[in-house]
Order: sequence, then C-alpha cells, then structure tokens
Amino acid sequence: MVGKRNLEDNFKKVADRDYRVPSGCAVMGVMSQKRKKFTGRAVMKAIGVMRERTNGLGGGYAAYGIYPRYADHYAFHLLYDDEKAKEATEEHLEKNFTIDKYEAIPTREVEAIKSRPLLWRYFLEPKGMDGSSKDDFVLKAAMHVNRNIKGAYVISSGKNMGIFKGVGYPEDIGRFFKLESYRGYLWTAHGRFPTNSVSWWGGAHPFGLLDWSVVHNGEISSYGINRRFLLNFGYHCTLSTDTEVIAYLFDFLVRKQGLAIEVAAGVLAAQFWDEIGRLPEEQRKLYLALRMAYGGALLNGPFSVIVGCESGMIGLNDRIKLRPLVAARGDKMLYISSEEAGIREICPSPDQVWMPEAGVPVIRRFESGGENG
Amino acid sequence: MVMKKRKIVINEDVCMGCRLCEVHCLVKHSKSKKIIKAFKGEYPRALPMILVEEKGHLSFALQCRHCEDAPCLSSCITGALYRDPNSGAILYDEKKCVGCWMCIMVCPFGVIKRGSEKKIVSKCDLCLDENVPVCVKNCPNEALICVEEKL
Amino acid sequence: MVKRPVPNEFIIERDEKKCIACQACVRACSYDVHTYDPETDTVESDDSKCVGCHFCEALCPTKALRTVRNPSAYKENANWTAEVINDIVKQAEQGGVILTGMGCDKGQRNYFDHMVLNASQVTNPSIDALREPMELRTYIGTKPDCIEIDYNENGPVLKTKIPPQLELQTPILFSAMSYGSISLNASIALARASAEIGTFWNTGEGGLHKALYKYGKNTIAQVASGRFGVHAEYLKSAAAIEIKIGQGAKPGIGGHLPGEKVSAEISETRMIPEGTDALSPAPHHDIYSIEDLRQLIYALKEATEYEKPVGVKIAAVHNVAPIASGIVRAGADFVAIDGLRGGTGASPKIIRDNVGIPIELATAVVDQRLREEGIRHKASLIVGGGFRNGADVTKAIILGADAVYIATAALVAMGCTLCQKCYQGKCNWGIATQDPYLTKRLNPDIGARRLVNMLRGWSFEIKEMMGGMGINAIESLRGNRENLRGIGLMEGELKMLGIKPAGEAW
Repeated sequence: MVGKRNLEDNFKKVADRDYRVPSGCAVMGVMSQKRKKFTGRAVMKAIGVMRERTNGLGGGYAAYGIYPRYADHYAFHLLYDDEKAKEATEEHLEKNFTIDKYEAIPTREVEAIKSRPLLWRYFLEPKGMDGSSKDDFVLKAAMHVNRNIKGAYVISSGKNMGIFKGVGYPEDIGRFFKLESYRGYLWTAHGRFPTNSVSWWGGAHPFGLLDWSVVHNGEISSYGINRRFLLNFGYHCTLSTDTEVIAYLFDFLVRKQGLAIEVAAGVLAAQFWDEIGRLPEEQRKLYLALRMAYGGALLNGPFSVIVGCESGMIGLNDRIKLRPLVAARGDKMLYISSEEAGIREICPSPDQVWMPEAGVPVIRRFESGGENG
Repeated sequence: MVMKKRKIVINEDVCMGCRLCEVHCLVKHSKSKKIIKAFKGEYPRALPMILVEEKGHLSFALQCRHCEDAPCLSSCITGALYRDPNSGAILYDEKKCVGCWMCIMVCPFGVIKRGSEKKIVSKCDLCLDENVPVCVKNCPNEALICVEEKL
Repeated sequence: MVKRPVPNEFIIERDEKKCIACQACVRACSYDVHTYDPETDTVESDDSKCVGCHFCEALCPTKALRTVRNPSAYKENANWTAEVINDIVKQAEQGGVILTGMGCDKGQRNYFDHMVLNASQVTNPSIDALREPMELRTYIGTKPDCIEIDYNENGPVLKTKIPPQLELQTPILFSAMSYGSISLNASIALARASAEIGTFWNTGEGGLHKALYKYGKNTIAQVASGRFGVHAEYLKSAAAIEIKIGQGAKPGIGGHLPGEKVSAEISETRMIPEGTDALSPAPHHDIYSIEDLRQLIYALKEATEYEKPVGVKIAAVHNVAPIASGIVRAGADFVAIDGLRGGTGASPKIIRDNVGIPIELATAVVDQRLREEGIRHKASLIVGGGFRNGADVTKAIILGADAVYIATAALVAMGCTLCQKCYQGKCNWGIATQDPYLTKRLNPDIGARRLVNMLRGWSFEIKEMMGGMGINAIESLRGNRENLRGIGLMEGELKMLGIKPAGEAW
C-alpha cells in the first residue's frame, strides 16, 4: 500500500515538537453570519490561490457546524503516532467521558501525501465531573493527553466543530480529508512555510482548544513570556509552537476572565501608552488598567491571526502591522485573508474590501437564529 | 570681542576652595599662556586677578564685580580705568596708569591688586576675548557661572 | 617580633617636571596624603595614607599625578593573596572586625557576563528604536486577579478598583542609600534626577531630610529594623513604603553608620544622639515570623490609608524563592531583592564577600516559583545588586524582574571610584561623608544632570536591544527567557536560570 512506511521515521520527531519552526504562511477565513452552511470547497480554492506563500509542509482547516447530529458533544479529533498511543488515549477517554461514537476520520489517498499518522474522532460527554465547569474538565483532559501520553495529540476539542490538518499543501490536505463532504458555516484555513525540512502533522495550523481555533501568520517575539504568564493561571503550553499561546490567551481572557472579545483583542494588541493617554476618561482608565494587569498577555512580534470560535470569527494584526491581512464583505459573508486574491477567487465582486488597521480587530458574531440544520 | 553684557555669578555652596580658578587666571594673564612655563619659567610670575576667600568650610572665589556704580572709576585720576560699553566690563589701560593706587583704596571688595614689579594695577578683565572666562570654564564644580544678556 | 606595617595598596607618582606646586592636591585630599613645603616650594606625598580615590589626580591642572598600584609584592599565591595576608596582619594588630564599603569584589560568577541576547532576523523583523515607538513604561504594585467590566450603551467601563501603583518611565530606580551613608547633596541629586526622568529613589534607613520632602512624589520611604527617622509625616510624604528586612551586602545583619558620620543634621533626621554609632538591629524586633511581617505590612497600609504600595526588601539568600513567596502572600505590593554584589557604606568585609547569592539566580528562581504558584501578578519584583549597564538591566528583566534598583552605578556617575573607604566618612568626592568641607564638592545640579544622562543613555540602549529582538513593549521582554542564552555555564546553572545554552534554537 502506498505510503505504508515505518511511521516512526516520517512525521514525528522533527520540527515543532523538538525544534521550533517559524512560520511564514497564508491564512484564510470565511464565515456566514446567518449560519448558512457551505462545503469546504470554497476555502480550499481560496487558500490554493495563495500557494506561493506555502511550501507544502503544512496545511489545515477548522470547520464549524459540521457535526449537527452530535452538536452538544465535545468532538475530539486525535492524532496518534502508533497503536500504543491510541490505546493509552482511549483508556484515558473512557475513564473520563462517555464515548457516544468514535471512528477513524475518513480520508482518501492523495498522491502528494506520502505518509500519515492515525487519525480518529470521538464524540464525548464528560462523566463524573470534579467540580469544575465542563469546559475546564475537557480542557484538562485534552492537556493531559498532550502532556502525558507519548505519541498522542488532541487536534481539536470543541463542540460541533473540527480541525483537519497535516503535512502537505492545504489543497492536498483538504482533498485528503474529503472536506468537500462537510458543510459548515465558518471555515478557516492555513498553509505553512516552515523553514525546516520535514514537519510534524501536529505542528500544522490551525491550533485548537475547546471551541477556539487559531490560524497564524507570524512569529511571536513575546512567546517566552506569554507562555509563562499562562503558567501563572494554570495553562501548560506543550507544543512548542507559538500559535498555541494565542488560543490559550483567548480562552483565558474571554472564557475565564469574562472579557468581551473586543476587549480581549485590545489586550493582545494593546495600544501604545501615549495613545491610551489620549483616550476619553473612562476608556483611558479601562485600557490603562487592562494593560497594567495583563502585560504578560501582550503579543509582540509580527502576526496576522484568524480566530474561530462558537460566537464568530476574529481577525487581528499586531500593533505595527508587520503582516498582511485583508477583509471583505459580500454575498452576506465575511472574508478575511492574507491576500485579496484569495478572497476574489471565491467572491469576485465583494461589496466592501478593506485593510484592518494595526491592532484593530475585525470581529463578526453569528446572528442569533438562522439556519442550523 | 564680546558683544553682550557679561557677569560672573558666585555659588559659594559648591566652592571647594581648590583655587584652580586662581591657577588658570594666572596662566591666562601670563606671557606664555602655557601652564607649566607660566609657573616655572616666567619671572616675575604673573598675578591671578581672582582670589579665593575662606573661613571655616565656607569659601568662594572673588574677582572684580564690574559694579554699575563703580567707586574705582570715579577715583581714577588719569582715566586709565574705563567702562567698555559693549560688555559693561570695567577695563584698564596700562599706559595711562600712574600707580597712584586710589582705586585699590576705594574698592569695597579689595579685588584690585598692585601689579607685580610694576607700579600699576591689575584687575579682572572678564576674559572678553574668550567665549567663557577661564575661571568659569575651569571651575570643577560650577561654583562660578557666567551670565550673559543681549543688549 | 619586628612589626611589619601592612604595605599600602597604592602609591602616588608625581611628575616633578609637570608639578607646579599649585597645592590643589594638598587642599583636595581629606586623608592628608599631600603636603606643601614652603622652603623648597614643592609638594610631597605620603603614600601610606592614600586610598586610591583619584580625586587629586582628577583635580591636578597639569596631570602631574598618577595613582599606581604599589609594586611591593608578595610571592604569587592563588590562595594566600595579598589581601588575605594583610587582613590577618591587621587583625593580629588590632583585633576586631574588618570593615569595608561598596559591593563584593571577589568575582564569584557574574552571570550577566555569561548570558547573551537574541536579535530577530528574516522571519521576524527587528524594530528600529530610532524611528518607532519603543515602550519602557513600567507599573510597580499588585495587579488585580481579574478585571471586571461594565458593558453599557456608552461602551465598556472599568469596575475593578486598581490597587495603588508607581508609574515608572523607565524600568530603573535608585536603590536605598541612607542619608548618613551618603551626603545630603548626593540625596538631593538622586531625588532631582528621579523627578526629571520619571522614576523613584529610596531614602534608605536614614529617614528623610526636611529639604527632600518636596521630592516626596518620587520617593520610596524605607522602614528598616532601626526605625531611624520613621514617623507619620515621613510615611505620608512618600509615594511608597519599603520594609527593609535585609540587603545584599550584608544579609542577616542590620545597617551600619559609624559615629564619625553622625553629624548634627543626621542626628536630627534619624532621631539619634550626635556622634553615636547607628547600628541597626539584625532582625526587626517585631518581625520574627511571616505573620509578624504581614502585621507590619498592614499596619503601614492602614497608616497610609491604602493609598501607597507597601513592599518588602530582602537579601538574596539560599531560600529566597520560598521567602519571596511568603512575602507575596503576606500582602506585599512589591518584593525587592538585593543580590550578593549589592553595595553598602559599611559592612564587615567577611560578610559582604561570603554571604548571599548573585541576583541573577535569585531573580530567575523567584520569578519561576511565583508563576508556578499562580501568584506572580500579586507583587512586582524589583531586583538590585551590582547592575553596571543597560545590558545587565535588560538581562534581569528577561529573567523576570519588573524593574531594577541601581546604586553603585549612580554613585560612579557622580564621581565615585570604588575605593571602598565609605565607612571612614572622608569621601573626597563629597558622596559618602557628612564633613561640610567635603560635601560641598558634590554639586547637586551636576550630580542630578549626570544621573539623568546615565539613565537616558541606559534607557536608549535598552530600547535598541529590545527593538533588535523584535519587541516594542517591555511587557513582552519581561520574563521572556527565550531571548537569553548561556555561554560557559554548567547544566545546573542553566536550569536554575531557566535558559538554554547558546546555539540552541527555540
């Protein structure tokens, strides 16, 4: 069978787990505010246009609304180096969750993708909780697998959403995972340009945690402190990719600290002190306090990120806009992309196209109600 | 030449009594203008026009105040002491001085001295040919400050 | 036996061709090294009294003087150095404890010299400090656990009350130097420079002289074990309060001010009799445990109506991490740690050189420990102990400090040449003395100007290095140990500092 080499050699021990790999890349996000579903074809086409920004060593997608039959279950996508990892993980999952369904993630043979890990998905309900919220329980379980079970990695752990990623051009990864057969109302995509020779499936983007998914073009200079800041609040970063901290920071600021998404984005890409000093009184006091309290969450270094979550889509640039990000509206959809060309490939005449300002987020929430089938 | 009114202000709080102002004033008014030669190679040695007054730990350097209402000007019988209209300084024409020493006697600050070996007088000339008077420039602790105002 | 006087460390070389016998050196030297002989019109020097402070050299108008190491040498011996031999001779002669000034000079590892910084290239552009905003602003004080916000029609409004903070324009403060150990002019220079730059200076355990109350907004008032000069006015006038438990130069013992330096004004400010030695007790006699410390912290907060940050200063010792953790839990708004190389006006030399650990290690372990316990945000970390330049400051911040305390560097900026004789009270530079003949020599205007120059220079250097790392806000540098690598360090040391060896990537 093609590609059945020794799994050991091929995809694991190099790149992100053992060497940090910087990313130049392409990012793409498409969202229907009314939750009108569409297949993965659109976003695959769009990211395909930006092929020059990638080099085939990583591609991935996050899709929301794709599991309507198990909409209230936590859908775990898991990557295993080998059977041993799978057994150990399933043992852990069985102890902590009711597994209502589990199966190998359906894939097709693609010429360009020569070797692959084991890819499984599980639809879970937490059982016998320890007093923390369901989300915290699930977060802890996912972190336990990533930290303590060798060769196993939770790719996504949200409800009614999933992340599909691996080593290969994004278009190939999309075909590999048969993304044209899924229908979702929010899709994000990523293509990588890492500077090492071989990459690791788990190191591709998007990075996911509960409902949060992050695709990222850039390098976080402040990674060292973001990671340790999160440690102070109980988050353990395990994957030596800087993208990880972005997802954890959103989860911490929005879910744990209760900040509105706009405010959380303002913490990650905080304004300069002089600018804060020029704000009207109430705003000035607020943003001064936020920056004082959450200095360790400030993201420094060039970045464009697109974040997907259960309430909508967020696009954000660093404070001095060192990476490209374009947004557009058309056909009642919101598009965010590294390049306008990607948007125009699937929406040739958008109603409005604009460049988000440095540090100013683009945030769109789903309208309540709307198609959900 | 200086075209502004110039004054030297004293800050006695920070004068350390090192007398380097005296040393450099002497050099400026020596023949050779070189410090080692001025001290060891010129005879008679030049005189400084500034003197450090001391009592206990209080000290400060005193030179001619170039008074607005100067008794020495009125006392000079030959007109050897005159006021320079540009800088406001009281200057001294050696050739006209006859050595009567009336100016020395009337000066309330005692800053006019008998010239060495000459019957004539020597006193501070505000170093008008320098950007900054040498006593001010060489004071290590800024105890002498030069203040200038445009006319 | 034939008594051998300890050979002096320095000798004065006078170039007779250049000496003009102006006697500036005679007037300059408070140790009476130089004398003028009117009969021969020459100046002579008695080397045995020279402490090597270079003041006469600085003043000499013809540069005729040189302070030179005394070539009279013992046979080379790595263990029995000249200093060790001479110390024994002194003690055999007089008994007693050998005193010294300034910080440890023995050269136990200086980790700053074994750590190197990163720069960004290609994948992540560096930022041009000359042309782009580069933010050094730092807030010292306890940060809230979470920020509560009211969302109303006009937009989000802050609900949480933010505890009192000190706002620093640069992450460098002037560390504690008591009025008594240094002159009033030196204190004025520090206070003025702090006000101009936008940072803070520390009174040390000498209380606050009347002339300095007007700088209260930039003053940190120290409450040390002797409680010298501590009264209600003092506490109210300052911007923050620091309880001094220990200092890096002499962990475990209290401050020393020899009687020679206790003048009338010192006596008034410290509230002690003139001429008496001011020896602070080793512990605070009302702090024998962490609960007692908590009590004092809250007593001070009550006394100042919870309007000022109250912090605690400790020396860096073996258990600095758990001690710091305890202090944070006791309610301190900031923890100041002073390392092995911290300076002092007077200390037993044996304690200065042998007790305590370097600040680099202390910073790293305390920062890590507080984060592991989830309490790092509850107190700011200020570290000090021999910081020499902007690179040392940057490295300490990367290890996790919020800000850095400097003192020795500030004195060097004002003329100090580290002759280590501060305890004698005869400092020729007018810094470590109360003698009015000598204190005049430090012009506070010049002192303040030089301090401001130095801080500006260091701050810009920090900005350039930050920009080089692709960072434009100091919050992203603080604790970001990915930006440091160790050179020539052992594995255990790397682990303690939490940094990787040079050559290793992310």
